[in-house]
Amino acid sequence: MAEGNGALAEQFDDLAQQHEAASLGMWIFLVTEILFFGGLFAGYTVYRATYPEAFHEASHHLDLLLGGINTAVLITSSLTMALAVHSAQEGRRRALTVFLLLTLVMGAVFLGIKGTEYAHKYEEDLVPGIRFAYSGPHPGQVQLFLIFYFVMTGLHALHLTVGIGLLGVLAYLAWRGHFSPRYYAPVETSGLYWHFVDIVWIFLLPLLYLLGTHR
Amino acid sequence: MSPTIATPREHYLNVSYGIKSWLLTTDHKRIALLYLATITLLFFMGGAAAVLMRLELLTPQGDMVQSETYNKLFTIHGVVMIFFFLIPSIPAVLGNFLIPMMIGARDLAFPRLNLASWYLFTIGSVFTLVVVVMGGVDTGWTFYTPFSSTYSNSYVVPTIVGIFVNGFSSILTGLNFIVTIHTMRAPGLTWFRLPLFVWAHYATSMIFILGTPVIAITLSLVALERLFGVGIFDPALGGDPILFQHLFWFYSHPAVYIMVLPAMGVVSELITAFAKKRIFGYGFIAFSSIAIAVIGFFVWGHHMFVSGQSVYASMIFSFMSMLVAIPSAVKVFNWTATLYKGSISYQSPMLYALGFIGLFTIGGLTGLFLASLGLDIHVTDTYFVIAHFHYIMVGGTVMAYLGAIHYWFPKITGRMYPEGWAKFSALVIFIGFNLTFFPQFLLGYLGMPRRYHFYPEEFQVLNVMSSAGASILGVGYVVPLIYLIWSMRYAAPAGPNPWGATGLEWQTSSPPPTHNFEETPVVTQEAYAYGMPEEDIKGGRG
Repeated sequence: MAEGNGALAEQFDDLAQQHEAASLGMWIFLVTEILFFGGLFAGYTVYRATYPEAFHEASHHLDLLLGGINTAVLITSSLTMALAVHSAQEGRRRALTVFLLLTLVMGAVFLGIKGTEYAHKYEEDLVPGIRFAYSGPHPGQVQLFLIFYFVMTGLHALHLTVGIGLLGVLAYLAWRGHFSPRYYAPVETSGLYWHFVDIVWIFLLPLLYLLGTHR
Repeated sequence: MSPTIATPREHYLNVSYGIKSWLLTTDHKRIALLYLATITLLFFMGGAAAVLMRLELLTPQGDMVQSETYNKLFTIHGVVMIFFFLIPSIPAVLGNFLIPMMIGARDLAFPRLNLASWYLFTIGSVFTLVVVVMGGVDTGWTFYTPFSSTYSNSYVVPTIVGIFVNGFSSILTGLNFIVTIHTMRAPGLTWFRLPLFVWAHYATSMIFILGTPVIAITLSLVALERLFGVGIFDPALGGDPILFQHLFWFYSHPAVYIMVLPAMGVVSELITAFAKKRIFGYGFIAFSSIAIAVIGFFVWGHHMFVSGQSVYASMIFSFMSMLVAIPSAVKVFNWTATLYKGSISYQSPMLYALGFIGLFTIGGLTGLFLASLGLDIHVTDTYFVIAHFHYIMVGGTVMAYLGAIHYWFPKITGRMYPEGWAKFSALVIFIGFNLTFFPQFLLGYLGMPRRYHFYPEEFQVLNVMSSAGASILGVGYVVPLIYLIWSMRYAAPAGPNPWGATGLEWQTSSPPPTHNFEETPVVTQEAYAYGMPEEDIKGGRG
């Protein structure tokens, strides 16, 4: 079958089957991602239940303003990603490319702000294992909180970086006219991935940043 | 399909030649063979460590190796055998080869991802090999903190990296299988017409995708703690070493079912093929695989009865562990009922399958001893535990793996191995296995702890029996290696269906063409339609 610019892989009978497989594959991959982050969330939950005061206190050391801005940036990028998928379905090549690039830029902005936050932590001697000096109460448990902060946001940033790479490739392919309303599975599955990375952040924000504001 | 015994002119093995045609292949059958070669190598490496351990344990004194060396031997034996042999064995070799053929597909859904899985697996095993060469790792395959995170002076981090990378190979294989089984079944192949081998692999893949990410992140945290000296599991900083055990066993207990479920799938195929009978209780066997996979996620605490976990948690975990026995027993009873009034022939794959049923039953029943709270405390960390899980993993999984290798050997290579030698080595393996591990039940019950390289003199007789059995077992593993390699080249052609078996994989030529079938098969009946008129022997030497 010579449809979709030779996009049909030989093991599939038709594009519908291929689309279904790609989409299911991404959903299953996201399930594994949930479990991957899940180990961290479980560890966080155990320690927070054990040391509520220390975690509350440590949370004050995170920058609520930058965290809030980043949340807004990321949610907006999810909107542009959804619009990109919509444009792909409609076959609007230019809109697809623009929305993909917008999403990419917002992802990069997020990473930039995140990097700034990390730099601040470094200056404040709050990076466990690399530069850590804390004179307040519960230094050990505060360090524990910050480890989870760095590992969880670091892993999230890593996923975002992968997503940005994907978007770059997709934007290039979209500009070259690779996608059509019959064949846009890569856009859709990458969109799923992007939304997943956003949702992880939606969980990280309250657990890490907003914890300290809770009375 | 040719009715006479002839090898097809072009098939997946001779369609192209050269090292590149293998290393860059996306054919699931060739990737399966890549896995076969890699894991066979690793199996004999893990086996060599076991040989050294059994040699040391011939005498009560620690006279051959130091205790540090012994620690490294049992660690590398465990790491290699579990992560690099048992977990990938049946799924990555036979599942890879057979699932697309059994469902009438041309390949898995994501062939390039499949090749990437093999590369990840190979990179992971290279890490492990490098660790062995550099000086080994001594934490045991369980990596318990705080020993692994703070005190061990061996190569913990490279080992963890190897397991981490290999974990992604498992995840991607599981993902590939699930998507393939969902989306690529041939016309007419409904879920309840699927071979039970496919059901078992579906259940296994569920564990792959749900469990493996958790051990990946857990071991990463141990590596981070070692590299940066931060106290994720360090009690001095408020960390909790028991949390590590919970996270570790959340994967590593279900991993046992990763090892045994595919073996159960194999046995369902072998029993029906050599009893020439429909499977008894198809639905029960299919759903018992799913039940084992699901319940298996709620039993991890039975590894922690003496770790300081709440007694109420222990009671629940004990109950859940007993619950797993039900679907396991369902399978054993159904296989036995399938044999009843079947026309049984004792070819070598059948010998392995029958061996599996007996040994798995012993391993499963002793598992119930270990699931009960009081008894477990008596035998925790003794050879009783060692004997129990070797009955499941070696007596169960390796027997089924070898049975499967023999049963599908004619399909994979197009040639028939020497049956006399195969029967002989199946028998040698059965005898050697029981002589190795049955004494260990007694040793454990009498109180000999695991992971020591010396022991009181009164345990020597049983230990010598065990070591003697291990050498017989070793011979039993080397003989098939020799005659199977010989058969690949020199044995007589087998024909498309030498066993007269049902199943789509037997309806194409041996070896199969690259796209498995000349035309996509249409399925009109159940998986095990033995004795039905249209399913008479389809050529070959039935």
